[in-house]
Amino acid sequence: MTFLTEESAPRAQVTAPTARGRARPREHLMGWLFVGPFALVFLALLIAPLGYALYLSLFRRQLIGGTGFVLFDNYAKAFTDPSFRSGVWFVVRFSLVAIPLQIAVALAIALILDAVTSLFARFSRLMIFLPYAIPTVIGAVMWGFLYSRSFGPLTDVFGWFGGTAPDLLGGDLIFYGLTNIVTWQWAGYYMIILYAALQGIDPALYEAGRIDGAGRWQVALRIKIPLITPALLLILVFSLIGTLQFFNEPQILRHLAAGTIGPDFTPNMYAYQQAFALANFNYGSAISFALGGIVFVCVYAFLFLTRKRRSFLR
Amino acid sequence: MTARSRTAGRHLPVQVLLGFLVVYFLVPFWWVIVNGSKDASGLFGGGNTMWFAGRVDYAGNLTRLFTYDGGIYGRWILNSTLYALAGGVGATVLSVMAGYGFARYRFAGRRFTFSVMLGALMVPATALVIPTFIMFSRLGLTNTVWAVILPSLLNPFGVYLMHVYARDAVPGEILDAARADGAGELRTFFQVALPLMRPAVVTVLLLSAVASWNNYFLPLAMLSDNRLFPVTVGLGVWQGIAAANNSGGTSLWSLIILGALVSVIPLVVAFFTLQRHWRGGLSAGGLR
Repeated sequence: MTFLTEESAPRAQVTAPTARGRARPREHLMGWLFVGPFALVFLALLIAPLGYALYLSLFRRQLIGGTGFVLFDNYAKAFTDPSFRSGVWFVVRFSLVAIPLQIAVALAIALILDAVTSLFARFSRLMIFLPYAIPTVIGAVMWGFLYSRSFGPLTDVFGWFGGTAPDLLGGDLIFYGLTNIVTWQWAGYYMIILYAALQGIDPALYEAGRIDGAGRWQVALRIKIPLITPALLLILVFSLIGTLQFFNEPQILRHLAAGTIGPDFTPNMYAYQQAFALANFNYGSAISFALGGIVFVCVYAFLFLTRKRRSFLR
Repeated sequence: MTARSRTAGRHLPVQVLLGFLVVYFLVPFWWVIVNGSKDASGLFGGGNTMWFAGRVDYAGNLTRLFTYDGGIYGRWILNSTLYALAGGVGATVLSVMAGYGFARYRFAGRRFTFSVMLGALMVPATALVIPTFIMFSRLGLTNTVWAVILPSLLNPFGVYLMHVYARDAVPGEILDAARADGAGELRTFFQVALPLMRPAVVTVLLLSAVASWNNYFLPLAMLSDNRLFPVTVGLGVWQGIAAANNSGGTSLWSLIILGALVSVIPLVVAFFTLQRHWRGGLSAGGLR
């Protein structure tokens, strides 16, 4: 996985694929032969649906006169729609809490596993990575059981201390219930990426640091973390994209947390409801597109703030 | 030997911390393993939820799981396998070819195509689900296996990975040498470049197969025939039914618990057995 972080390290790269100077006609042909199949799939399954969604989102089915062209009315409606706004507000708040938590946990574990070499450490690495192999849906089902006050252990555990179990599926606590699920699900995956990046660092640098009098902590803070910044950034961007589109876990827990998680809990769930429960494809497309726009803006704003845009998209 | 045990001693607090973390990450697995053995009375009887009930009946529960509703659960597992294999292999083939093409040929439109693809890394995959559904329904493709397999073929991240890997791990000089020896472009690709890219190929294959296996939103939207569901959607539906009727659904809960357990086994096994390969891919990248 480090090869993606390598990408960000500045290096003199040879852009010319061959040392033969100018491209020949044959080279154009071969290049397109290799890229062509993917390009076709890309056009058919990414560009076409995006274009079609944009087109659909500009229309509205009216009671009188069938479907009419309304330009950006659907977007105006979305951004003033309390359901959409509360959904966006939720995923933004959720991102601000869940992403730093996941990455902090992943980074801490990666640093520990990088420093400790024992059989148990190797075993832990595999076990902590394991939830990545579990479909998010199944993860949500499993945690739903653990949270449940009829099946789960919480009632027993709190019973020992004479308390009542918190309802992690109800009220405000659902926020933390979901935060826990996504941390469990993704921290191990992020840890593996960071761990691979840490393993790629030249140990001579630590030696040099120690000679200069740096302790264990200083080596971690001043050498290791700065050197894996590109990997950290990559993870942040991917988790931001994923979290803003939050869907699977709340959709699954809806059954167990009726009343707390409504059909408009996140923007993606709202788009799903509009399109599939209400057959309102025009508005559903507009919401999807608006959400895509928000993701794009957030990611770019983030990359701009960290001024690493070039290193990621080089 | 003494040096090693000294290190272990010094790391003791850290090892304890790791122990707690391992417990945390394994708790849900433990819960389904334990409760997959119970029947409805064991589940709802108020016994210890983290330990086995008096009667451990995996065989009976497994039989019920695989015979319920005409054995629909087995079909879901097969469907998931089909989607993961077809989507994973297809996406990997496309990614490897495109990544190699981008890295090793300088063709007209390369820069433009590559930047468009990089931009696509940021397009939320789920934002595509609704428009793809509408498009597919016009083409009559919804509610078929293609509705799930075709969108899984698109993996811009895989192309990006393969591009980086092909650029760094396949030296242009080797390719030139192969060509000078009279190997055609395709032969050069298959016999020289592909073996060099193997660790990355395994990594991309595993990542795309996992993504297809885990997919939920796409099949949920595309499929209405429950005989085509992957196991994620199927269990989600069962859970909805069980939650909706609290008393009548009790027998379904034990099926869902064991179903969740059985459904995670294939990928867990795949990760353990392929460990050497994907770890090899990771360290191969890391050592350079």
